[in-house]
Amino acid sequence: MSGSREEVVAAIVSKFKETPGPLLVVLHAVQNELGFIPPEIVPVIAAGLNLSRAEVHGVISFYHFFRSAPAGRHTIQICRAESCQAMGSRELEKHARQSLGIEFHQTTADGQITLEPVYCLGNCACSPAIRVGDAIHAHVDSDSFDSIVADLQTEAVEVKS
Amino acid sequence: MITRSKVFVPRDTTACSLGADKVAAALQRHFRVNDIAVDVVRNGSRGLYWLEPLIEIETDKGRQAFGPVYPHDLEEFIGARCWEGNTDFSKHLGLTEEIPFLQKQTRVTFARVGVIDPLSISEYKQHAGFAGLEKALAMSSQDIVSELKQSGLRGRGGAAFPAGIKWQTVLDSESAQKYIVCNADEGDSGTYSDRMLMESDPFCLIEGMLIAGLAVNADQGFIYLRDEYPLAHNVLTEALVRAREGNYLGNNIQGSDKSFDIEIRLGAGAYICGEETSMLESLEGKRGEVRPKPPLPAVKGLFGKPTVINNVISLASVPTIINQGAACYESYGVNSSRGTLPFQLSGNIKQTGLVELPFGASLRDLLYDFGEGSRSGKPLRAVQVGGPLGAYLPESQWNTPLDYEAFSAIGAMLGHGGIVAFDESVDMREQARFSMEFCALESCGKCTPCRIGSVRGVEVIDRIKNGENTDENKELLKELCATMVAGSLCAMGGLTPYPVLSALEHFAEDFEQGK
Ligand SMILES: Cc1cc2nc3c(=O)[nH]c(=O)nc-3n(C[C@H](O)[C@H](O)[C@H](O)COP(=O)(O)O)c2cc1C
Ligand code: SF4
Ligand code: FES
Repeated sequence: MSGSREEVVAAIVSKFKETPGPLLVVLHAVQNELGFIPPEIVPVIAAGLNLSRAEVHGVISFYHFFRSAPAGRHTIQICRAESCQAMGSRELEKHARQSLGIEFHQTTADGQITLEPVYCLGNCACSPAIRVGDAIHAHVDSDSFDSIVADLQTEAVEVKS
Repeated sequence: MITRSKVFVPRDTTACSLGADKVAAALQRHFRVNDIAVDVVRNGSRGLYWLEPLIEIETDKGRQAFGPVYPHDLEEFIGARCWEGNTDFSKHLGLTEEIPFLQKQTRVTFARVGVIDPLSISEYKQHAGFAGLEKALAMSSQDIVSELKQSGLRGRGGAAFPAGIKWQTVLDSESAQKYIVCNADEGDSGTYSDRMLMESDPFCLIEGMLIAGLAVNADQGFIYLRDEYPLAHNVLTEALVRAREGNYLGNNIQGSDKSFDIEIRLGAGAYICGEETSMLESLEGKRGEVRPKPPLPAVKGLFGKPTVINNVISLASVPTIINQGAACYESYGVNSSRGTLPFQLSGNIKQTGLVELPFGASLRDLLYDFGEGSRSGKPLRAVQVGGPLGAYLPESQWNTPLDYEAFSAIGAMLGHGGIVAFDESVDMREQARFSMEFCALESCGKCTPCRIGSVRGVEVIDRIKNGENTDENKELLKELCATMVAGSLCAMGGLTPYPVLSALEHFAEDFEQGK
């Protein structure tokens, strides 16, 4: 889609206006398109769906998945739930934070990687699990985490050049 | 007609997380470049996850299995020309059906899973697919509901409420508009049976929802799918397209006067939205705050209309029940736990995967006969059954039969069938702390004991950790748990104390001063 953010969002809103209970569908579509839900477009969504701004804001803030600020080029989700804990995700989590130098919900200074927690990826048979984009990785330890990150970084360089 | 040989390479989240996509692509390339007449079929997974990527070859004796075949094993696989029926490859496992982990199971709901191409309607039909629908189309609504009641099927999402009774309530509710909602939020850690079923046999879920629609006179279904399942989303989306093309969805289904359609709605990372009334709010585009009951969703559900909400596995069990009859399904199981449950072996287990069994086996059978003990090689110490709200069980309780009542008798629950094993390195105080932390993170915020109690719980456990007034703080933790159990509107706040208190009771040494 081209055009300003407002235009993009207005098009999404008009597409789903007649859908019953459309707000989550619209928010997903906006985040899919823009990568996040900019606070300044909340009024556009609210007006288009006949909701108050507070209602829209309340929904955005309720769900962990929706973000109000852009993420880095890649988002890495680390599973923090029990099956992964049983296989060492606590150490993995620590390693990830230390090696990237960021906490959960933060992005590396070079804008490459955002780190997010997740509670089960359904990959519990091969814990610990992480998700990068739509790819899920199994049996992740510090070493394989580092090589996954290294691959993402070379990918980024290739894209740039 | 020359039948081309087939190589099966699963397309399933876990298989792909271990490299199955790379394996499939490399094999396809090899066959194409060398002009070899072999098709690579992307089946689902058999659920023998420690053997994934598990490749199969069709032979006249049955399917030969090889696994785990990682991308770096392909050279050997190709060198041995396994697709010609040769089995001279170090990863050869014998006939798939004879692998003990699979052979010892009773695959009823998962009969097709891993066997067929998930997106092929013709293969689905060759394996009894849509046979239940065909029968249901010739039955009255009441007869379908009565059959389901007789089967003894209880909800597989966690609460184990009899499915037939729920359907009866919806059937009896007068309304021009009713809905079928499939709960595909599968938020419980340690579980993946919904994901597997959706990725490996999506038409089975569609058929179950269709039959539910016929049973209660609903013409619209929703699948509330968690956002954490991108592959399931992809497969289901395609399956819906093909079902419409095949007139299994839409108007005048298979020449009848019945209509039904299904829409997928994505969740947004909130565990509480797996709770049925929170899910309804979410489907309506609102914050996922739990609704008080009554009214039951069966009476006043989605958009205020009578609504069946069932878990993926509950709905996927329906086609077989209608096709083979309630008596057949009911013949499996023990006491008031009838039929089969797909258990999921997770965590620190050597042979992890999906084990569908009639109710009644013991946890120990699963951990050792199927799981073969820990993956780390160290002794197992604690097992959490039934997701993050389930109790931690010490070894002395592992002989408990896996049935709903036997589990509730020891203050535990089977829930959605997830089994997470921990070896002796586990720190049970940390596990109890996590239960409270998770509740604090995921609480919908409606009741104080859940919202605030969980935050207090984390603080109290931290004080125990720091050796501050350990005994008093342990008492405080118990009181806090009692308040949460008594004062919470839903099972999030009401059951979080179970893992916490079970840890405190059975693994008291981990809460001792100075530990
Ligand atoms: C906190 C909480 C989370 C839940 N999560 C799920 C879930 O992820 N999937 C599910 O099927 N049921 C879940 N349930 C149970 C549902 O509320 C409901 O009982 C179920 O969807 C009904 O379907 P069934 O009878 O077929 O099991 C959850 C319940 C609670 C209290
Ligand atoms: S117990 Fe917790 S999650 Fe459930 S309704 Fe109350 S605050 Fe919400
Ligand atoms: S608990 Fe980590 S993938 Fe399920």
